[in-house]
Amino acid sequence: MTISLDVAFIIKAIIILLIFAITLLIATYSTYAERKVAAFMQDRIGPNRAGPLGLLQPIADAVKMFFKEDFIPAQSSKWLFILGPCLSMLTALMTSAVIPFGDSIQYSSAPGKVWDVAVQAIDVNIGVLYVFGLVSLGVYGVMVGGWASNNKFSLLGAIRAASQNISYEISMGLAIIAILMMTGSLSIRHIVEQQHGGNWNIFYQPIGFIIFITCAFAECNRTPFDLPECETELIGGYHTEYSSMKLGFYLFAEYINMFVSSAMISSLYFGGYNYPGMDWVQAQLTGAMGEIAGHNVATLIGTIVFFGKSLFFVFFYMWVRWTLPRFRYDQLMNLGWKGLIPLAMINIILTGGAILFLKPLVMSFLK
Amino acid sequence: MQLTNRSKQVSNKQMTFAERIYLPAIATGLGITIKHFFQKKVTLQYPDVKINLGPVFRGRHVLKRDDQGRERCTACGLCAVACPAEAISMVAAERQKGEETLYREEKYAAVYEINMLRCIFCGLCEEACPKQAIYLRHDEFVPVFTERDQVIWGKDLLAENMNNRYLRKAWTKEEAREQDIKGVEAQPRTQL
Ligand code: SF4
Ligand code: SF4
Repeated sequence: MTISLDVAFIIKAIIILLIFAITLLIATYSTYAERKVAAFMQDRIGPNRAGPLGLLQPIADAVKMFFKEDFIPAQSSKWLFILGPCLSMLTALMTSAVIPFGDSIQYSSAPGKVWDVAVQAIDVNIGVLYVFGLVSLGVYGVMVGGWASNNKFSLLGAIRAASQNISYEISMGLAIIAILMMTGSLSIRHIVEQQHGGNWNIFYQPIGFIIFITCAFAECNRTPFDLPECETELIGGYHTEYSSMKLGFYLFAEYINMFVSSAMISSLYFGGYNYPGMDWVQAQLTGAMGEIAGHNVATLIGTIVFFGKSLFFVFFYMWVRWTLPRFRYDQLMNLGWKGLIPLAMINIILTGGAILFLKPLVMSFLK
Repeated sequence: MQLTNRSKQVSNKQMTFAERIYLPAIATGLGITIKHFFQKKVTLQYPDVKINLGPVFRGRHVLKRDDQGRERCTACGLCAVACPAEAISMVAAERQKGEETLYREEKYAAVYEINMLRCIFCGLCEEACPKQAIYLRHDEFVPVFTERDQVIWGKDLLAENMNNRYLRKAWTKEEAREQDIKGVEAQPRTQL
């Protein structure tokens, strides 16, 4: 164990760095994609001047952000004002730690000894709770920033963000409970592993999925639930007073959240790195390239599949944003408390009933 | 009174279940946006692609010459009087012997200036001119200027270039349609 611990450590470190870099890269290019998608849906072309197809646009935006004046209002609480965006960014980045991006990488230190390193920063057995904890911490970034700005609009935005997140976290949690009942584990890796092949949770939990994705929209403050920042009423909401890279952090955190929640959706409901026919692919690869190399290539394919699913949901976020108008505040609260929470509870009861009665029935049929 | 046929009777009837859960409506909306996603884009990439704005568009001015290349303007000042923005100023001079190939009339504008920041492109100068000397081009704008001394256009910029004369094929929309003068003139850059 001690001999190869450092190899495992290096592989892990590389994986963590890669996850970090890829998360940032995806968030960066989400800003570009958002503008392109918006443009395409409105029959426009979108940014196309910076680099081929406008691909350097995010870099140009970042440079612009850095060169803007970093303004701190005189009446604000200075330290909290700085803390706000930092918190948002921190919590957004930390969530990606427990997401299983792929199966595992194998290597052998000595003949006959095979080590298995999961493509995941840490596999904690309370992964789902961890994500939930961080997501609810994330709203502190918004609240602290909005409060510290000492501006009515910011404060209103922050209050809205807080109440919205609290309301939707409940139904989100209830939606997940149904999944936990099915899998019996809080580890995201376990949940993903149980959806082997095409056996995805979406087929068992369609209602849960709809609840979850609606809440994910609300948690990420995305349209149609972008009330904390809605420009028409609150100027910029909680980030009205922010400029330069602090504003950049807030906006960036939103895109990271978007990606992470897309990754969560695909691992909880769409099988993560599982895809139909993966066993066959793995068998072919191990047959052709040997046990370890085949496994690693199969893992790579799984990871690509995972990113494909996640990016589709990122696209879905944008797609919805440019389709739906913003909800009114009372509509938002109505939907959350009177619509989604009862629905989530019914879903739990249905799932429980199915596990209790339907499963033995189906099992006995199969025997 | 009915202005269009598009008015709809408002109804306050109870929404059906499908309408209340809102999801079918969202799905329809998503369908519409994704259809537009793949549709042809309407954007014209302006500096790269320029369209014909029609024969009656009023762009930058040109001081016309006649067929022999002589300036038509006789510095009567009617355009300056007609100009509501007081953008035109000129200095008249008498044609000397030997200058008959340069100026058509005995009096000509030695200096003719238009302040492009004052001009509102109303075209009244064009209408006032008795010598048909000044026109607003239908095919060219005043380019963007970044320096103060680019604002006032003198005769060097205004006078017509005999190698590249300004000719207007059509004077009205109908004529343009008859001659089938098409909209887009330049080709787009290959970039998207
Ligand atoms: S177009 Fe109108 S404003 Fe411009 S110079 Fe002629 S008369 Fe004056
Ligand atoms: S452009 Fe026409 S109206 Fe103006 S001074 Fe010359 S001749 Fe007269």
